[in-house]
Amino acid sequence: MATTTEEAAAHAADAVNPLLPGTDAHGSAVGMPQLVFETFPNQIFWLLVALVVIYLVLSRIALPRIGGVLAERAGTITNDLATAEEMKLKAREAEAAYTKALADARAEAAKIVAAAKAEIQADLDAATAHADAEIAAKAAESEARIGEIRAGALEAVNAVAREAAAEIVAHFGARADAGAIDAAVAARIKG
Amino acid sequence: MRGSEVATETATEHAAEGGLAFHPMDQFLVRPLFGGSEIHWYTPTNVTLWMALTVLAIVLLLVVGSRGRAIVPSRAQSVAELTFGMVHKMLEDITGKEGLKYFPYVMTLFCFIVFANFLGLIPMSFSTTSHIAVTAVLALMVFLGVTILGFVKNGTHFLNLFWVSSAPLPLRPVLAVIEVISYFVRPVSHSIRLAGNVMAGHAVIKVFAGFAAIAAIAPVSILAITAMYGLEVLVALIQAYVFTILTCVYLKDALHPGH
Repeated sequence: MATTTEEAAAHAADAVNPLLPGTDAHGSAVGMPQLVFETFPNQIFWLLVALVVIYLVLSRIALPRIGGVLAERAGTITNDLATAEEMKLKAREAEAAYTKALADARAEAAKIVAAAKAEIQADLDAATAHADAEIAAKAAESEARIGEIRAGALEAVNAVAREAAAEIVAHFGARADAGAIDAAVAARIKG
Repeated sequence: MRGSEVATETATEHAAEGGLAFHPMDQFLVRPLFGGSEIHWYTPTNVTLWMALTVLAIVLLLVVGSRGRAIVPSRAQSVAELTFGMVHKMLEDITGKEGLKYFPYVMTLFCFIVFANFLGLIPMSFSTTSHIAVTAVLALMVFLGVTILGFVKNGTHFLNLFWVSSAPLPLRPVLAVIEVISYFVRPVSHSIRLAGNVMAGHAVIKVFAGFAAIAAIAPVSILAITAMYGLEVLVALIQAYVFTILTCVYLKDALHPGH
C-alpha cells in the first residue's frame, strides 16, 4: 500500500502509463469505486475462490468436528445425569437397608432383654420358693422346740409344785398321800 | 500513507478549498497487489489479500481453535462453538430440521461476511463486503439457489408462494403481482443492505477524518470517529446476522412455500 502514493505520482507525471480503473490523474477515486465494472470479474473470481475454500474447510473439517464435540458433550452430560440418578437410587436403597437392619437389631435386642428378664424372674421365683420352704421348715422346727420347752416347763412346774406341796405338808407335820397332793396341785394349776 | 497523500494534494490541487481534502471513496479502490494498473479477473489485488485474510481468520477460529476437541472447551473453542450454535439454532428455528442440510452453506455465508466486516474495520484495510459486486454475488447465489431448490422440492407448488390463498379471491391477483415484485426485489435489497451499510459507515469515518485536518475541529472530529467506529463494530455483526437470517427465511420459503 505504501507504493500507492508513488504510483499516483507516477500516474500524474507520466500520462502514457494507463490509470488504475476508476481513478483520476492523482490516484483518487472518481465517483464510487463500487461501480467500476472493470474490477467486477476480479472481485467475483476471488470471492468465489474464497467461498469455495471456506465451504470446503467448514463442511469437511470444522463443522463435523465442532458438531461432534457438542454432541459428545451433550452425551457426557446426559450420562453423568443418569449415573447421578442411579447413585441417588442406590443411596436410597442403602438407607432403607440400614434402617431395616437397625429396626431388626432393636427387635432382637428387645427379645434378648425379655428373655433375660424372664430367666432372672424364674431364678428369682425359684430362689424365693426355696427360701420360703426353708423358712417354713425352720419355723416348724422352732415351734416344735418351743412346744417341747413349754411342755418341759409345765412338767417342771408340776413337779416343783408337787414337791413344794409335799414339803409344805410335811413341814406342817401332816402326812398326805401322793395322790391327794397331785390332785390338789393339778386343781390349783388349772385354776 | 493517506495523510501524506492528502498533504500532497492539498498543496497542489485543492489549495483553493481551504486546506480540506476529502477522499472518502479512495479506501474502496481495487488495486493490484504487485503494481501495474491492469485488473484482469485473475490479477492478485487487495481484494485477493483481504479475502485470503478472511479465509485465514475463519480457519484460525473454527479449525485451529477447535483442534483440542475438549469436553471443557478453551476460549477459542468456546467462541467457535458459540458461532456454530448461533447459526445452527437460527437455521433450525426458522427452517426446521429439513433446513439443516444446508447448514454448511449458511455457515459459510455468515463466517465470510462477519470476518470480512470485522477485518474491514482495521485501519488502512480494504472492506471486501463494501463492494456491491461481492454482496450481489452472495445474494444472487442465495436467490438462485433458493428458487431452484423451491422448484425442485415442491414443483409447481412453489408458485403458491405468490398465490395468497388466505386472502379474499378478488384480492389474490393483486397480491400475486406484489408478491412477485417483492420476490424479485429480494436479491437487490439483500445485497445493497450489506454493501450500503458497510460502505456508508467507512465513508463517514473518512469524512470525519478529513475534518480532523482543521485544528479547532479535530477533537470533535476524533470523538465522532470513535463513536462511528463503535457503531460500525455493531453494524459489522448485525449486518452479517441480518444477511444470514434473511437467507434462512428465504430458504424456509423454498422448503415450505405455503403461507
